[in-house]
Amino acid sequence: MIAHLAIAETVMASLVPAYSQAFPQSADYVRILPEIVLSIFGMIVMLLEPLLDEKTGQKILGVIALVGALAGLVATWVMAQVPGLAFWNMVQVDRFSVFFHFLIIAITGVVILSSYEYMAVQRIRAGEYYALALFGAVGMALMSSAVELVLIFIALEISSIASYVLTGFRRQAATSAEASLKYFLLGSFATAFFLYGVAMMFGATGSTNIDQISGALQMGRIPLLAFTAVAFMFVGLGFKVAAAPFHVWTPDVYEGAPAPIVGLMSTAPKAAAFAVLLRIVFVINVPGTIWLIWVAAALSMTLGNVGALVQNNVKRLLAYSSIAHAGYVLVAFAAAPVLGTSAAMFYLASYAAMNLGAFAVVSHFANAGERYVTLEDYEGLGRSSPLLAATLTIFLLSLIGIPMTGGFFAKFYVFSAAVKANLIWLTIIGVLNSGIGAYYYLRIIVVMYMRESRKEVPVSRVPVALGLALISCVAATIFLGVFPDRVLQYAQNSARQMVEHSRPETRPTTPVSALHNPF
Amino acid sequence: MSTDNLSSIILTLVTLAPLAGALLLMFFPRRDRDIRVFALVISLLTFILSLHLPVYFHRAQTGFQFEIDRQWVSRPNIHYHMGVDGISLWLVVLTTFLTPLCVLISWKSVHDRVKEFFILLLIMETALIGVFTSLDLFLFYFFWEATLIPMALLIGIFGHERKVYAAVKFFMYTMIGSVFMLAAILWLYAHTGSFDFVVIREQIMSGAVPNFPAAGQWLFLGFFLAFAVKVPLFPFHTWLPDAHVEAPTAGSVLLAGVLLKMGTYGLLRFNLGLFPEQSRNNAPWVMTLALIGIIYGALVAMVQPNMKKLIAYSSVSHLGFVVLGIFSFTQAGLNGAMFVMLAHGISTGGLFMLAGIMHERRHTYEISEFGGLAAPMPVYAASYLVIVLASAGLPLLNGFIGEFLVLSGAFKARPIFGILAATGVIWSSIYLLWMYQRVFYGKVTHAVNNSLEDLSGFEKWAVWPCAVAALVMGVAPILWLAAIDPAVQTALTPLTRIASRVVGQ
Repeated sequence: MIAHLAIAETVMASLVPAYSQAFPQSADYVRILPEIVLSIFGMIVMLLEPLLDEKTGQKILGVIALVGALAGLVATWVMAQVPGLAFWNMVQVDRFSVFFHFLIIAITGVVILSSYEYMAVQRIRAGEYYALALFGAVGMALMSSAVELVLIFIALEISSIASYVLTGFRRQAATSAEASLKYFLLGSFATAFFLYGVAMMFGATGSTNIDQISGALQMGRIPLLAFTAVAFMFVGLGFKVAAAPFHVWTPDVYEGAPAPIVGLMSTAPKAAAFAVLLRIVFVINVPGTIWLIWVAAALSMTLGNVGALVQNNVKRLLAYSSIAHAGYVLVAFAAAPVLGTSAAMFYLASYAAMNLGAFAVVSHFANAGERYVTLEDYEGLGRSSPLLAATLTIFLLSLIGIPMTGGFFAKFYVFSAAVKANLIWLTIIGVLNSGIGAYYYLRIIVVMYMRESRKEVPVSRVPVALGLALISCVAATIFLGVFPDRVLQYAQNSARQMVEHSRPETRPTTPVSALHNPF
Repeated sequence: MSTDNLSSIILTLVTLAPLAGALLLMFFPRRDRDIRVFALVISLLTFILSLHLPVYFHRAQTGFQFEIDRQWVSRPNIHYHMGVDGISLWLVVLTTFLTPLCVLISWKSVHDRVKEFFILLLIMETALIGVFTSLDLFLFYFFWEATLIPMALLIGIFGHERKVYAAVKFFMYTMIGSVFMLAAILWLYAHTGSFDFVVIREQIMSGAVPNFPAAGQWLFLGFFLAFAVKVPLFPFHTWLPDAHVEAPTAGSVLLAGVLLKMGTYGLLRFNLGLFPEQSRNNAPWVMTLALIGIIYGALVAMVQPNMKKLIAYSSVSHLGFVVLGIFSFTQAGLNGAMFVMLAHGISTGGLFMLAGIMHERRHTYEISEFGGLAAPMPVYAASYLVIVLASAGLPLLNGFIGEFLVLSGAFKARPIFGILAATGVIWSSIYLLWMYQRVFYGKVTHAVNNSLEDLSGFEKWAVWPCAVAALVMGVAPILWLAAIDPAVQTALTPLTRIASRVVGQ
């Protein structure tokens, strides 16, 4: 990793004479403070693990990891006080990156909370698990603040490698190993695409810095290659966010991976990849990208929702649903920069709250060896454990997009941004899809409340840690559904800052045919 | 507190009181009696609060009253904007009137998961009142969607044999219908910068909305589809019989009494209010659908062997009258449509309660299982008769006034529609009276019916208010129409302006 960084640095320094500053300033380190803090805690967890026996280790290491996540949040706050560029313009701290830092680290914290019980029940070695979760968070957080494509690539790799390993953590289950391998092979393939895109972008503009690329493109240099580059990067990131047509891995991987990790995978790396994509789409702003996104959004929504209709395994169902939700977020990418960015940010935040919560319930309910994950197992849950069922219902209603929940405003902002940009057909496809989507979420609610259980499914008491995780998810879901204003305001301000940083508000509506014309 | 102060927050109080009750109920211990009493107290309190509205309503004044307008979300510009005019005023009161009756009728019949039942019922009430009081399109959509969940759960958990099928069908139909409305609302917001009904209406009237002439028809259809499914207008009605037959009694009462009115209210408020020109252009086929609904609903009702299904189809027929009246664009027609909405809420609500009472005793709705019930259950039979006659449109009872006004309006607009729709009145008396005859007259055909218990105290308290209301509304309709008429005139103004413009050319 460090070797990579060094190489990137040398390359940068030799390529761009502007990088004359020889040593980083102390403020530069504050601008990556959350990453530093998370790495340190990750290492502490790793170093401590061999010293503790398995039983006490699980508890103590979990607490340390949680403290690490909380410290990461504090560090984010500290980082937010010194906005600006760091490390030779490779890292940018602005409201946008602060938002995603906060989101990603909060997600990691909730996942750590909801993993406590899971570790014990599934007999998973805690040290590596928590350390990898923290290291993954480092990569994702860095993705959101990096404005240098090579650094973004490195951050992407950091987070991906952590999630490949975490996917295979249910060592006893063959599906988990399969999922891990599948995720690894396809994921490497996808990141290679991303790297290829970066290389092409360098060829097209002579830079790998997002702002400089944006500046160079405004001069009107070789945009067709730039378009291809963006398309390649889109393939790589589209894989990470599980957008169609790069989504086929999702159901298998989600089915095999440990349930809390699926909660993590479906929210945090997605948020990070979308953050990168937001910068690429709206700051680099290559004409014609909108149609790529249009098609991917429509496909993701439709394939995700249609696929979910026939699933019987709750994890697979939620996997297809996450494909559909990636599609809804992509709708925002096709809209105008500020409205689209803020809608996507809001969507990612509320999606994180509801999906994490849903997976927390699923992982608690799954029990040892993840035995109970089919729809039939959920029958009569409303009667046997009313509180757990009610909690899951709130998350599912939010996923449908029912008022009073974050999911409602999320969809609302996305679609209203799309209508504002005159994407009427995409909006209609979207709203129709959210109608269809209601069916399969409703199926879960129906089996929980309206069917009597046919087999004995033991449900243990909800432990404190998981309870805390669930309460924070419910609180966030309801808060975003009743008082969306502050979060949205923040998202809009940061979107404005990010977009107007480089250029006044414009929209990439230029048709592809105009690409050959340099002016 | 002075009445002025109260008037400024009364709509918030009425809307949120049931929700507050539901939240409190969540923390109640599972002692069913206490829960029932509490739910009754809350719903009665809401009803009493809502009486403030008609008492202090300025009847001569047009426009919205008891308005409250606060910013809720700054960007997008969403307001907590509520207010009522003569149209929504009575629908609010209808909702608050029916809910305590629903609590009473469920007193004995719901004995499993009592707490959940009353929580859902109260949440339902809040959502329904919110639909009628919202003047911000976003807020309206918010409440509109919010009605779905409690109703689907009420049907799905507390319903009869095919409850899950009915609940899902109900949910999917209305959900898919309403997403088109969402798209239309988003379009309006994108082009006017506001969700406020009044602001958008003024902008549309003054022609300040870009692209409106091209998009108007689609917007009209977007709203129309959501409302037509809810009404339900033929051919979108197929969810209704299933939902009704499977729903618990209180669910049916609210479904028929109030939920369907959301559709007709929406047509009247939004389709006519925002798209008068498109409404006029689309009126012929909408009226045709309404007419088909009237006659088809009545004919299908006639052959139903199931009492509840019969009442459900009669709703399709009656709601057809409402739509016909609305799209006749005459003052009489609109007044009548409003009055039919209220009358249908009372009388069909009553009919569903009576059917539910019978189901509790015999666990069936099959008409053939009854016969000669007048002898063992005289009080029940008499109450039933009053409500049936009200529903069939006997003069001096509430059904007559509304249908008469609608028919005269329809006749004025398009005579042939008036004539054909008038047959609906005949059909309705045929199927209702025939059903009454089969159930109550003659000899008792099933021995088990001999020992049936007459109305109990709770049941009387639930049914009789409906009968009394039906009578009062039939004798003194002016009490209601005095507030409805000015509002209807306001609603018609843009339409007549367009009509005169067309004639002037």
